[in-house]
Amino acid sequence: MIKKIVLMGNPNVGKSVVFSRLTGANVIASNYPGTTVDFSKGKMRIEGESVEIIDAPGTYSLQPSNKAEEVAVKMLKEADVVINVIDATNLERNLYLTLELLERDLPVVIALNLWDEARHLGIHINEEKLEKLLGVPVVPTIALTGEGIKTLVTRIKEARSNEKIKPTSDEGRWIEIGSIIKKVEQVEHRHHTIKDRISDLTIKPLTGVPIAAGIIFLSFWIVRFIGENLIEHVFDRFFYGVYLPLMNGLSGRLGPGIINDFFIGRLVDGEIDFVQSLGMLTTGVYIPIGMVLPYIFAFYLVLSLLEDSGYLPRLATLVDNVFHKLGMHGYGIVPMFLGLGCNVPGALATRTLETRKQRFISATLLAIAVPCMAQLSMVFAIFSQDPESSILAVESWQYPPVVYISLVFLTLIILYIIVGLILNKSIKGESPEIFLEIPPYRRPNLKTVLKKTWMRIRWFLKEAIPWLILGVFLISILYNLGFIDWLGAIFEPLMEGVFGLPGVVSIVLLTGFLRKDLAVGMLLALTSTVTFNPMQLVIIATILTIYFPCVATFAVLVKELGIKDMLKSTAIMVSTAVIVGIILRFVLLGV
Amino acid sequence: MYKRGIPLAHLKKGKTGRITHIRRGYHGGPHGRHHGLHGFQRRLNVLGIREGQIIRVDSKQPLMGPITISVGNSQMTIGRGIAYKIIVEEL
Repeated sequence: MIKKIVLMGNPNVGKSVVFSRLTGANVIASNYPGTTVDFSKGKMRIEGESVEIIDAPGTYSLQPSNKAEEVAVKMLKEADVVINVIDATNLERNLYLTLELLERDLPVVIALNLWDEARHLGIHINEEKLEKLLGVPVVPTIALTGEGIKTLVTRIKEARSNEKIKPTSDEGRWIEIGSIIKKVEQVEHRHHTIKDRISDLTIKPLTGVPIAAGIIFLSFWIVRFIGENLIEHVFDRFFYGVYLPLMNGLSGRLGPGIINDFFIGRLVDGEIDFVQSLGMLTTGVYIPIGMVLPYIFAFYLVLSLLEDSGYLPRLATLVDNVFHKLGMHGYGIVPMFLGLGCNVPGALATRTLETRKQRFISATLLAIAVPCMAQLSMVFAIFSQDPESSILAVESWQYPPVVYISLVFLTLIILYIIVGLILNKSIKGESPEIFLEIPPYRRPNLKTVLKKTWMRIRWFLKEAIPWLILGVFLISILYNLGFIDWLGAIFEPLMEGVFGLPGVVSIVLLTGFLRKDLAVGMLLALTSTVTFNPMQLVIIATILTIYFPCVATFAVLVKELGIKDMLKSTAIMVSTAVIVGIILRFVLLGV
Repeated sequence: MYKRGIPLAHLKKGKTGRITHIRRGYHGGPHGRHHGLHGFQRRLNVLGIREGQIIRVDSKQPLMGPITISVGNSQMTIGRGIAYKIIVEEL
């Protein structure tokens, strides 16, 4: 009886595409989809029986070199059948893992993927001979188009091990692989293609660095463009055209009282205000869906395109010099990028770094200097000066919004570098150099990209909405008890004295522990009673990023770093926040 | 036994060499002390950094940055320190 199938393979062999083909739209659980960090689980049917299928992180061998690969090896223990996905364009090195699997007497089926790409490269593989030599089913597949997947599914039940393949030394394995390759593979001479030219241009420093700057700038521009337009033309139309009348009706039916206070919230000038009302059905729904979701969608769409095209390893190569000085190596840019979407997957992605020192630095810098999209989209909203959509009454805008937003980013980038340099010098341990495969450029498949984006959005909604609603609920209780004003008064000397900010900002920071987007929402809600000047808003947005991660990220970091290191990391965060807050006060407020 | 050759790091961009020897201790630090070092060497081997393999230098980042190389159909970026430990004879 087959109950559990595990997909194993090297990184960049299209394993996730095979997984997505096998499971259809039916992915039931995924810690975090789309990266090699964690596994995805799904279900598929084989001859009417429902079977669980797990997509393990990519690994080159069964001797793991980082935590992500360790996860992959652990998955094996539960497998009834292993589908070993092999890159047909790199048969030799992929067979290493195959032999290791067969040495362990695991029942294996092989998907010989990227079959079309191999043809293009003039690589001819005799799959029947390979099947005979390995003694297990070998099915050529082109996962992107779905070719071969049906055959793969029908042959899963033929999975078997090969008793003739015994555990051997490294050398023994390579000799065996060499003899297999000689018998099954023929390679024609290949010419330089246009893809190779593009690859060269994007990795050579002289052309690569300007191209990288252009791609990063363009990516951010696209994210803002999509986000803004979705809000203006789709989400706000829905919220103000459909949802608001609905809530008004509900509010009328509920009548005044405590239930109304919790669900709808307080009225501002006799009306519901989605940001300021702080009701579970108003603010609790509008912030995650009306303000954050459009940007989350845009961000993950662009990120998925960057990932699937194969650009990120090239970027990692270009930034390696800088990241090495910060105690990591170029691949450290991946946790940072993921963290810009949400810090939780960013924290999980630190697993791909090899040593404790690297993971500690990467995680601490992530928590200190990388704002998540949820927070950013709210920050964009603060600095929106469009008189119609401007939510904030500020004393006077001296500069266009891009200046304020750039100030926040500039501070965080400088901080990332300075804290990184210090940590690299003061943390004990090794920082191994970069060693990273550069996969060929591939045209992203729209369906795969959309599916990945959708899975990430679903994941965001599942993570964000409960916390937001809980946050709004807690805040409205505290409001009603008068606790918020009391807190503001207590922290007044600290906030005012140290940072030059009104005491109520302490509430914003406290809320930030639950969710950063809600914290900025609180800040917006406060503007009905307190007037801020734009530079104060810059300081608040910056400190909100630095001082502490949100509770979801915190929980993941404790798990990834251990309590002791997390305490250390927390001390660094808090002291950095205080120092930066004071410096910004002098520089930006001049007092 | 004496082995001829130069470190891969000294091979010029666009040049090809055959790996004759790989010096131990990829990270400069004491051998095998931290997590996964063994796996790391395995990864080098699996991606084609083994004796006898033919290797081409595709690009070098400035300031002792990493170098990008091709072995067979794989392309990869390795740190300069690793590249000093890989001894090749130029072809």
